[in-house]
Amino acid sequence: MTPKHRTPRKPPRQIGALVVDGISQLGLCLVALLFLFPFFWMVSNAVRGNNEVLAVPPRLLPREYQWGNFLEAWLHLPFGRFFLNSFIVAGSVTAITVVVSALAAYAFARLKFPGREGILVAYLGTLMIPQVMLVIPLFLIISKLGLVNTYQGMILPMAFSSFGAFLLRQFFLSIPRELEEAALIDGASRLRILISVIIPLSMPAIGLLSLFTFIGQWNNFLWPLIVVNGMEYATLPLGLTMFQTQQGTSWNFIMAGATLSMIPGVILAILLQRIIYKGITVGAGFGGR
Amino acid sequence: MASVDLIDVVKFYGELEVLHGIDLHVNDGEFVVLVGPSGCGKSTLLRMIAGLETISYGDVRIGDTIVNDLPPKARDIAMVFQNYALYPHMKVRDNMAFSLKLARRSRDEIDAMIDHAAGILDLAHLLDRYPRELSGGQRQRVAMGRAIVRDPAVFLFDEPLSNLDAKLRVQMRAEIKALHQRLKATTIYVTHDQIEAMTMADRIVVMRDGYVEQVGTPLDLYDKPANVFVASFIGSPSMNMIDGVVAGQGIRSAGGTMWPLPPQAQVAEGQQVVIGLRPEHLLLSDDGFAGTITLVEPTGSETHVGLDIGGEAITAALRERIILAPGAELRLAPRIDCMHVFDKANGKRLSP
Repeated sequence: MTPKHRTPRKPPRQIGALVVDGISQLGLCLVALLFLFPFFWMVSNAVRGNNEVLAVPPRLLPREYQWGNFLEAWLHLPFGRFFLNSFIVAGSVTAITVVVSALAAYAFARLKFPGREGILVAYLGTLMIPQVMLVIPLFLIISKLGLVNTYQGMILPMAFSSFGAFLLRQFFLSIPRELEEAALIDGASRLRILISVIIPLSMPAIGLLSLFTFIGQWNNFLWPLIVVNGMEYATLPLGLTMFQTQQGTSWNFIMAGATLSMIPGVILAILLQRIIYKGITVGAGFGGR
Repeated sequence: MASVDLIDVVKFYGELEVLHGIDLHVNDGEFVVLVGPSGCGKSTLLRMIAGLETISYGDVRIGDTIVNDLPPKARDIAMVFQNYALYPHMKVRDNMAFSLKLARRSRDEIDAMIDHAAGILDLAHLLDRYPRELSGGQRQRVAMGRAIVRDPAVFLFDEPLSNLDAKLRVQMRAEIKALHQRLKATTIYVTHDQIEAMTMADRIVVMRDGYVEQVGTPLDLYDKPANVFVASFIGSPSMNMIDGVVAGQGIRSAGGTMWPLPPQAQVAEGQQVVIGLRPEHLLLSDDGFAGTITLVEPTGSETHVGLDIGGEAITAALRERIILAPGAELRLAPRIDCMHVFDKANGKRLSP
């Protein structure tokens, strides 16, 4: 007997739904353009002459493309040095923040000790204080410690994040307790559990924290401005201001430098996004779910 | 291999006492099942043996060692959890190797032990998969494999089958039992499912509200339940319970039915009692009690019939195929040698 031929029934097409869909897509595109425009404007200004930057009326695209601006900006100031300093500072702050936050978060999530809730609230309270208010006391401490104009002075005050501790704590709490109990029975110490079980399962949160911390420090202007003088320890945001001189401002070089300095953050975001999105699927291995 | 002793074990949560002095001896190589309704303290007790909960009072001894203050890893136990608790980011092989690596065994030793355990549980083809790539039954087997590789003195199981579907549960039940017969390891197994307890246990510990109600072999508990709770908890469909008063050579229930009094029951005239009658101990008989059918549930092998006998709701499990509609009449006689009598006041067994 030949198998009976069946055509699957098509769901009815609803015009109304399509229209609503189209409108929301259009809205999203507009918002995306709004966000992308500053980046486009930065690159567009980076490749034109400095007098064209300020020309009125402004032109969307340069009259004449000057790709050499990137190289010129790079050679004009010790950009290699700035990049290195930024990498050292942002990288160290990120590494220390992740380690300290993970340890604190684990204690808040799983260890029992008196005053735990109170300390957590105090941690979160620090989020309410604007960084600007902390700058002067921090500077006094750092200068008393003799750390002005050093990497340590740039790194240490930034290498703590109550936000990070809280973010990781919330993520740790979502990890089933049985996994830790299984590891305890398997003979693991608390530290071993943190390193071998909790952290590998928390990579989405740790990736997110790393990305935020790194980009935040990469772009940090205020603290390096205060604690550093001269070129030796200047980071990229400080370096870019050096195109602003008494003779005038090289806007096109600033834009070219800003474009270059954006690249590492973009690469990091692309690299980490796969880890961060994994958060959605990490639950699949737990228990019977 | 080791025996396990619980001596007057008490658990407090703050001011709340949840286990009230548990005494239990588990023989070397024995399979003991802790069973009871949720909240009875069975899982807490197991976790105290494992070292995951502190012991508020009393002693837990594994082998010759009092383990009250020892961490889990020093107790030589392995535990299988209800949700398996496999490390999601490790392959099956690494899940099984984790404890061995922590114990600093050599690479070759670890491989040999994993291969051995994988052979027993038929896991060899799954060793390079992640837990998320396994079915529920396979995950369960890996969880057992992780326990086996360590060759512990005592196996602890915390409701390991409750996440599986009915068919798989029956299959895994048989596998765990076969595994126990092969390894002869002391095993303490927690479940709320009395069928699991009956089919797997050497001895069953029935618990309720932090007390041990009865300890015995499955058939002991079935044939001679110590009290009303055990009687109604063990057996499916559960035992019929009929309130009555001892009157001469019988027991009169509220509806006026005179039930026979089992011989040698230690009762006094006029005493308030509860008659326990298992559904399968009611037989079709022309001179039995007349009842009106309220419900007929054929299971194939037998038929469960709900009846109203003198105002009492009674369930009978009959081997005969009953093709009768609700409202029809059926005559049933109890097997007097299989009747149970309990004291109404304290629930304790009065029949021998």
